[in-house]
Amino acid sequence: MKIRINGKEENLDRPKNLADLIRAKGLVPEHVVVEYNLKIILAGEWAGVALKENDSIEIISFVGGG
Amino acid sequence: MSDDILDIGGRTVANRLFIGTGKFSNYAVMNQALIEAGAEIVTVAVRRVDSASKTENILGYIPKQCFVMPNTSGARNAEEAVRIARLARAGGAGDWVKIEVIQDNKYLLPDNIETLKATEMLAKEGFKVFPYMGPDLSIARRMVDAGAAAVMPLGSPIGSNRGVKTRELIEILVKEIKIPVIVDAGLGRPSDACDCMELGCAAVLVNTAIAIAEDPAGMARAFSEAVKAGRRAYLSGIPATSPCASASSPLTGFLINSA
Repeated sequence: MKIRINGKEENLDRPKNLADLIRAKGLVPEHVVVEYNLKIILAGEWAGVALKENDSIEIISFVGGG
Repeated sequence: MSDDILDIGGRTVANRLFIGTGKFSNYAVMNQALIEAGAEIVTVAVRRVDSASKTENILGYIPKQCFVMPNTSGARNAEEAVRIARLARAGGAGDWVKIEVIQDNKYLLPDNIETLKATEMLAKEGFKVFPYMGPDLSIARRMVDAGAAAVMPLGSPIGSNRGVKTRELIEILVKEIKIPVIVDAGLGRPSDACDCMELGCAAVLVNTAIAIAEDPAGMARAFSEAVKAGRRAYLSGIPATSPCASASSPLTGFLINSA
């Protein structure tokens, strides 16, 4: 299954939903925000969002900035 | 002075030095600088997570008393700024947002038109919007009409440390604009920040000059003190200048005169 994550195409077969994906990437759920096909999905709803071919996902967090 | 509180964006702020969190050598150094300055308002940016290098969470290094204002850096138009602002709010950053819309990579000068559009859109969504902008009076007036919480005119290009090159334009904004004027970008030394406060600006935002100083915590404190001094001077009424001398000592009763 090809999915775009942060602008890069990735081939995934295991993660079934957004919660799986965040876990598989070793990210701390409280530290990231997920945008799924341009829609912000809150952490509590990740498990209910099944991934499918050609999805586009942005995973962002806060960094230093002025 | 102790009750000189800035009422802004639905909050009350005592420390008028806002600090940006970019460019510090590490988060512990940043944390020390924020503590030393007694910072209350700090900015952060929003970026894609690089899962290859799982970096620490910056929010864990921002002292509890600080309120975080995300910026929309990286946005090239109003729509991108709105998207970043929404992501930041979803990340728990509260409802303040500093709009940064920039296409020019050499000078990092803001696009006032797109910034205005983003300000309109985000103010309607309930954000407290702080547009970083070129110090133009007409645009500033439109920012007020659009519902901005403050205007953030630049002193000189971001990270340039060149000081308040736009001083006369900022002076006009302070006189004409009824929402807080916060000088952002280019302040290179505490005297620049002090100058802005003497002019009547409500606050200043400093990042680079503190972050890249040899001793960031020391510089943060110096900026904080300069901002307080400038503010106190403004409130005390700075005397007018004069082209000629006006003696400070009495001009009568000289010892060397006979009578």
